[in-house]
Amino acid sequence: MNTSIGKRILLITILLSALLILIGIIAIAAGSSGIHFWETLAIMAGKNGTDNATATIIWQIRLPRVILAAFVGGSLALGGLVFQALLRNPLAEPYILGISGGSAIGAILAMLLSLSYFPGVTIFSFTGSLLVLAFVTALAGTTLGNTMLSRDSLLLGGVMMNAFCAAVIMFLISMTRSFQVQHILYWLMGDLATMQKGQLPILLLVLPCFMIIFMLARPMNLLLLGRETAAAMGINVKNIVMLLLIITSLMVSIIVSLSGLIGFVGLVIPHIFRLLLGPDHRLLVPACLLGGASYLILCDLLARLLPSSGELPVGIITALIGAPLFIVLLLRNRT
Amino acid sequence: MSFSVSAGEFFVIIGPNGAGKTSLLKVLSGLLKAQKGSVAIKDKNILHYRRRNLSKIMAIVPQHIEVGFPFTVAETVIMGRTPHLGLLGMEGKYDFSVSEDAMKFTGVAHLADRKLFQLSGGELQRAIIARAICQEPEIILLDEPTTALDPAHQLKIMDLMEKFRRENGTTIIMVSHDLNLASMYGDRLLLLKNGRVAKTGTPGAVLQKKTLEESYGCRMHVDESPLGQVVRVTPIPDKYFPNQDKKNT
Repeated sequence: MNTSIGKRILLITILLSALLILIGIIAIAAGSSGIHFWETLAIMAGKNGTDNATATIIWQIRLPRVILAAFVGGSLALGGLVFQALLRNPLAEPYILGISGGSAIGAILAMLLSLSYFPGVTIFSFTGSLLVLAFVTALAGTTLGNTMLSRDSLLLGGVMMNAFCAAVIMFLISMTRSFQVQHILYWLMGDLATMQKGQLPILLLVLPCFMIIFMLARPMNLLLLGRETAAAMGINVKNIVMLLLIITSLMVSIIVSLSGLIGFVGLVIPHIFRLLLGPDHRLLVPACLLGGASYLILCDLLARLLPSSGELPVGIITALIGAPLFIVLLLRNRT
Repeated sequence: MSFSVSAGEFFVIIGPNGAGKTSLLKVLSGLLKAQKGSVAIKDKNILHYRRRNLSKIMAIVPQHIEVGFPFTVAETVIMGRTPHLGLLGMEGKYDFSVSEDAMKFTGVAHLADRKLFQLSGGELQRAIIARAICQEPEIILLDEPTTALDPAHQLKIMDLMEKFRRENGTTIIMVSHDLNLASMYGDRLLLLKNGRVAKTGTPGAVLQKKTLEESYGCRMHVDESPLGQVVRVTPIPDKYFPNQDKKNT
C-alpha cells in the first residue's frame, strides 16, 4: 500500500472534493423555505429565468458565505494539524493555544482605529497572533529544541493565554462607545454572516499558505519522530519549524480577521482523519483542508437552520461539538 | 580531545555514565555544535555541510525512539530516504527497492505493515537500523543500540552491523556500555572520562585493568576470553572482597 502514496493522495482529494461540492450545493440550496436542490442547480448552471430574487440570494448571499465557510474550515483544520505536528501534541489547536485570541485582539484594535480591512486589520491580526505564538512556543520550548513544559502544562498555558486575550478583548470593547460594537461582538462569536462580499478576495492570500504546508507535509512526518531524528535524516529543523509556524499564523490570522473566533475545528477534523488515514501528513494535509471545509459548511448550515428565527454564530456550533471531544481526547490520552 | 576514525572501521566509544559519550556522538553527527574544536568528515568541517548532504553520508540510530505516532515499519524505514528525495518528497521505485532490501537485511520485512508500538524491543531496534541503512550512508552512528536487549538479541544486532560493514565498507561508530561487546566487535575503542579521551586504541590496549578501574571506579578483572584473542572484562562487586575497604579510585 506504500507504493501508491501518490494515488492515495489523488483518491482522497477527489473523494473529499466531491463531498465538498455536494455539501456546498446543499448549503447554497438550503434556506428558510426548505432545500431547493434542483432549482439551485438550475440557477447556478445559468438558467435563471425562473425567479430573480432567488438567483440574487444565491449569488450575492449564500454562495459567498459558503465559500467563506469552506476557506475558514479548511484553514482552521490545517492550522490545527500543523500545530499538532510541531508541538507533537494531538490537543494543540490555534484556538485552544490562544493564537486565534491574539489575532482577534489585533483585529479589534485595527477595527477601533478604523483601519481598512486590508491590509490594516490583517496586519494587526497577524502581529497579534505572532505575539501569542512567540509566548506559547517559548513555553513549549519548540524553537529551542528542549521542552520546558510538559504537554499538559503547555495546554494550560494556552488556555490561560486564551483567557487573557478574552479579557483584553472585553476591555477594548467596554472602552468603546463606537457604533461598531454590535458588529464586533457578532464577529467575535464566530459569525460568517457579518462578512461583506468585497472581502472575499482577501481569502486568496491563504492559498499560497496551503501550498507551502502541503510541500512541507513530509518533513512534518519526520518532526513527529522528534527534532534530532528529523535533523539526522536531513531536515533543516529550525528553518522548517519557523516557516511552518509563521505561515500557519498568517493563515489563521487572515481567517480570524474575517470570521472571528471559531474554535475546535482544528481539533475535530485532524483527529477524525488521523483515525481514518493514519499519521502521514501527505494524506492528512489535503484531507484536513477539504474535510475541514465541508465540516464548517455543515456547521454553518446548522447555525442557519437550527433557530426558528434568525441564526446562531457558527462558533457556537463548533464549540458545542468540539469541546466535548476535547475532553474525551484528554481522558483517553491520560491512560 | 583529538581522534580520527578511518573509513570502514568499527569504532566503539566507551566510558562511565556522564562521561559525555552521547554528547560526543551528537557533536560527531552535527546535531550539537562543539564549544571548542571541530569535526571534519572527509577533510571538510561538519558545520560547512548542508544538513541534507550530511544525512546522505551519515545515519544515526538514536538511543530513544519515538513510537507514539502510529507509523508502520515500512513507513518508518522509507523515511530514511528523506535526504535523497526531491522537492515534493515523493518516493520512486528505487527508494522502495532500497527500503525493501534494508528491511530484508535486518529481518523486519515480514513486519512491514506492523505499527512501531506493536514491536518488541529487538524488532524495533532492527526497524530503526533498517531506516539508517535505507539512507545509504557511509557512516552509521549508534547510541547504545543493545542496552535494552537480551544477550541473543544483542548479538543479533551487533552481527547485523558487522555484516553490513563488511559488505558495504561502512564506517560504524557506536557508543556502548557493554565492554565485552566493544571488545568482541570493535576494531578500535575510545575510552571517555569526564569529557576527555582517557585512551584510544585496540580493545587489548584500552581494556586494561588499571585504566578501567580508574575510569569506572569499580574493581575489574581482565583476562582472555575463552573465545581466544579477545579481551574479557568482568566487573567485580564489593561483596567478593568482604574484608577490604573499597579500593581508592
